[in-house]
Amino acid sequence: MSDIFSVEGINAYIRNLLEHDAPLQDIWVRGEVSNMKRAASGHWYFTIKDSRSQLKCVMFRSHAERQHIQPNDGEAVRVHGKISVYEQRGEYQLYADELQLAGGIGDLYQRFEAVKRQLEAEGLFDRERKRPLPEFPLRIGVVTSPDAAAFRDIQNVLTRRFPLATVILSPTLVQGNDAPTSIIKAIQRLNQFQAADVMLISRGGGSIEDLWAFNDEQVARTIAMSVIPTVSGVGHETDFTIADFIADVRAPTPSAAAELATPNIADLKIDIDYLAGELSNQLKKSFADKTALLENANQTLRHTSPERTLHEYRQRIDDISERIGNQQGRFLSLLRERLAGQMKALHAANPDALLQRGYAIVTSSDDGKIITDVADAPTGTRLTIRLKSGELKARTEDAQSHEQYKRTPF
Amino acid sequence: MSNTNELPFDELSFEAAYTELQAVIEKLESGELSLDESVNLYERGRLLSLHCQSLLDNAELRIKQVNQDGSLSD
Repeated sequence: MSDIFSVEGINAYIRNLLEHDAPLQDIWVRGEVSNMKRAASGHWYFTIKDSRSQLKCVMFRSHAERQHIQPNDGEAVRVHGKISVYEQRGEYQLYADELQLAGGIGDLYQRFEAVKRQLEAEGLFDRERKRPLPEFPLRIGVVTSPDAAAFRDIQNVLTRRFPLATVILSPTLVQGNDAPTSIIKAIQRLNQFQAADVMLISRGGGSIEDLWAFNDEQVARTIAMSVIPTVSGVGHETDFTIADFIADVRAPTPSAAAELATPNIADLKIDIDYLAGELSNQLKKSFADKTALLENANQTLRHTSPERTLHEYRQRIDDISERIGNQQGRFLSLLRERLAGQMKALHAANPDALLQRGYAIVTSSDDGKIITDVADAPTGTRLTIRLKSGELKARTEDAQSHEQYKRTPF
Repeated sequence: MSNTNELPFDELSFEAAYTELQAVIEKLESGELSLDESVNLYERGRLLSLHCQSLLDNAELRIKQVNQDGSLSD
């Protein structure tokens, strides 16, 4: 007679049995989702089935939160987890911790396209949003995994091309469920502390699932908001991620990102040599220009010398003299005659000349005004009378206007 | 146009020196300077170009890591 188990006992026994079976504790199961329930607690309850069978699954909130995808009924998935027993119900089920769309690339591609369409519609890929990279980025922020080959590639390129720079590593996970959050933090950290002049967001090659974090919508939005200009270099040349579309510059690989972000020191050396040569040329040219200016000034000076002008005038006078010939005399005497007439007129107008001829100028002795009207010199006015040879002092005794003369018959 | 107030050369970044060198050449090219100014500018430019070359010749890539609190560690 064998032992009799209690219900609880047998369920615990079975549970113990399952949990000690290694393959069952780390298992992938593929099937189609049905009865998907997202509980208020955050846990997911669902069933996966194929045409012949089904399996109960639960994913607790701590895992459900980290999933890239929100599975829906009817979708083909791969679920990872461990098999155990829910003793209260006597049911065994799959305690899931990771869920992938089994359609793989096909489904991922659809989601990629959906995110891309959404961000594109918001204008986040617009050419006008792309900013130029700084010419001499002395602090090069690198958002990547410090252990990855991508980071070594970047260092090699920078050592060769632009060793003036300092690499500012902002370490992050680059794959797995936690990668998007980690990438977002790494980008934000560089921005928050303004720790870099340009930012490379990089990861080496891998499967589309490996690169998936760089297609994450929130990662994309974080890149879009970065104050520091961004260069994406994710995967290989043929890989395109959302990060590539949203970064200011897309580079095909991590190495290429480092190249696109920096000037080449060899070019700079050539450039400096050229500029130094140009400097000498310009100084020589300055000297040459000044010398030419001086020469020019000398010529102008010779050109405008009074000696030369005088010489020219003399010659011209000679010419004119010859040309007017006999007419000159007549012209001159005409001029002389006219001059004499004008002198005479002038002479006549000279008050001294008038005095010569016996006229006198009468002024008031008080204010020196010339008196031309008898009304200005009533009886008793003191007068100064200017004659040819000097002045007389006088006083008015009587004043008679012309009108009075006219009325008084002489 | 005095250059005596400029940064000492060892504190001048490559970018600053390079940009100033280009500006010096442009100024010289303008041809609007006295001979004295040209000679002074030339001398400044010559020192700038030597400084640039020396920075490039001695450059060595440095690697730092930005921490949570924004500090940098080697």
